[in-house]
Amino acid sequence: MSFLQLKKVIKEFGPVRTIKGVDLEIERGEFIVFVGPSGCGKSTLLRLIAGLESVTNGSISLDGRDITNLPSSKRDLAMVFQSYALYPHMTVFDNMSFALKLAKVDPAVRKEKVDRAAKILNLTNYLERTPKELSGGQRQRVAIGRAIVRAPKVFLFDEPLSNLDAALRGQTRVEIANLHRSLGATTIYVTHDQIEAMTLADRVVVLRDGLIEQVGTPLELYDRPANQFVAQFIGMPQMNVVAAGVLPEIGRLAGTRGAADGFIGVRPEGVRVHGPGNGAIKGKVELVESLGSDTLIYTNVGAPNPLVARQSERTTLHAGDAVGIDVDAAALHFFDKQGRAIRAAA
Amino acid sequence: MSQKKSFPWVRTIASWFCALLIFFPLLWLGLTAFKTEGQAIAAQLFFTPTLDSFVEVQKRSDYTHYAFNSLITSVVSTVLGLMIAAPAAYSMAFFRTKKTRDILMWMLSTKMMPAVGALVPVYVMAQTTGMLDSLPALIIVFTLSNLPIMVWMLYSAFKEVPNDILEAVRLDGANVWDEFRHAILPLTVGGIASTGLLCLVLAWNEAFWSLNLTSAHAGTLAALIAQYSSPEGLFWAKLSAASLLAIAPIIVFGWFSQKQLVQGLTFGAVK
Repeated sequence: MSFLQLKKVIKEFGPVRTIKGVDLEIERGEFIVFVGPSGCGKSTLLRLIAGLESVTNGSISLDGRDITNLPSSKRDLAMVFQSYALYPHMTVFDNMSFALKLAKVDPAVRKEKVDRAAKILNLTNYLERTPKELSGGQRQRVAIGRAIVRAPKVFLFDEPLSNLDAALRGQTRVEIANLHRSLGATTIYVTHDQIEAMTLADRVVVLRDGLIEQVGTPLELYDRPANQFVAQFIGMPQMNVVAAGVLPEIGRLAGTRGAADGFIGVRPEGVRVHGPGNGAIKGKVELVESLGSDTLIYTNVGAPNPLVARQSERTTLHAGDAVGIDVDAAALHFFDKQGRAIRAAA
Repeated sequence: MSQKKSFPWVRTIASWFCALLIFFPLLWLGLTAFKTEGQAIAAQLFFTPTLDSFVEVQKRSDYTHYAFNSLITSVVSTVLGLMIAAPAAYSMAFFRTKKTRDILMWMLSTKMMPAVGALVPVYVMAQTTGMLDSLPALIIVFTLSNLPIMVWMLYSAFKEVPNDILEAVRLDGANVWDEFRHAILPLTVGGIASTGLLCLVLAWNEAFWSLNLTSAHAGTLAALIAQYSSPEGLFWAKLSAASLLAIAPIIVFGWFSQKQLVQGLTFGAVK
């Protein structure tokens, strides 16, 4: 039996069904990321696990125990909130040791645990300050420290980095990854940022409209998306997807795979842009984005959306230039009319 | 901000006028208390201050007895009221239902009824239970009549507590009592204090029920004042002296806690 198990979990708010039947198994020590567009139910699912919302139907079990109807305080979980939710009237030390104090842990042990966590998080010099005397990044670390000190069964993170600026977000992301490696604690992390999902997760759970679209390792999702939604949600810039009939040059390939009336997808790195006259597809440059390490070339090939190419070499092309385009046949993804992936026969 | 501030002195004069209008009776009361009865009736502005009226009031009636009754009834009713109102406000602020708003309005509506409307039933109840002219009767009535205001004020104070913090406390293993003691109480102590202060003042100044339910034994300072506006004739100086004695403690108290009081009354109004 898995460490954390969700069985047919349903959540309704009044007449609205937010979570429409989720089955999920999480192993001990795994780093799981819930990702999806806003309103997909990822935060609600996390709150159901935390016990902050009640489950309408289905069950949740943790470490062999049914916790479906257990109050939050008895679930032995720790959560890091987007707003940090630090106790404004307590010092950093008191914030971090509060759960231990409630559990009536000996003060000496409390101090030792807080000191250890503070050291890991570089908070040793701030223990006597109150949250309002800290920067955003420090507050975030206190919130994480508060979770670490308790050594809970599962860490829950609810979009913990969205209030930080870009540089700090990247830095904290690395810290969280390191922390998970050293503590090995089971973690569930909610984010709408796919970079966080790809870099942190052992497995990613992609949600849409209260249902799981796919569960898999980050590269599984990238290389073998289960459907068009996952294919386009994971990866930046997103996968190019065109109806099979729009580009006859590659559309014939779709026919051989049973996607003649479906869609063809190709990631930007599978698209090559050449000078005019070369390449199977004729097109025109719409926009060039030079990011330094990468160059993105948006080309108009007569499809409703531009075909985006990503290359590591820089380019002298400008908007309006005529180009020839090749698509790497091995990098193509095929989807049927409903958007489900069609796998090559192995 | 192109609007010009025209005639600033008009505003200054207007506000001074209003302030004096409100303060004048109190000033006159203070002056009269230090006059002889003759000077009081003559409405003299200049006189030699005398403490005769105070001495007379203390001789004729036991000030400390009434002051003690006022103190006991206002403090006990406030503490009792807070103990009842806090859980009520807690459930309304954090476990809202569709009817929460209605219940709050209904509570407030009881304050719209004139107290005299309930005089006979309350009097009869006090009489049949043998509680006429007793401190417990006053305490119960004060507590109940202040409860709606207390629930409202605490409700607005509690609503300011971010939900995330309560959820964090719960996940940290807190039960309802821990949650209240370690999160809500410290974060709303200002609001709770204002609520308590206001109800203390209201109970101290309460006159209607004190006069109707008590006489010599459980009388509060309101009853003391009333003794001096008797049918046998008006004793302005003594009435003023008694009034000054009655309101002095609460004025001093209010002066020191005015910041808290104002903050409590405007809770939730800003932001």
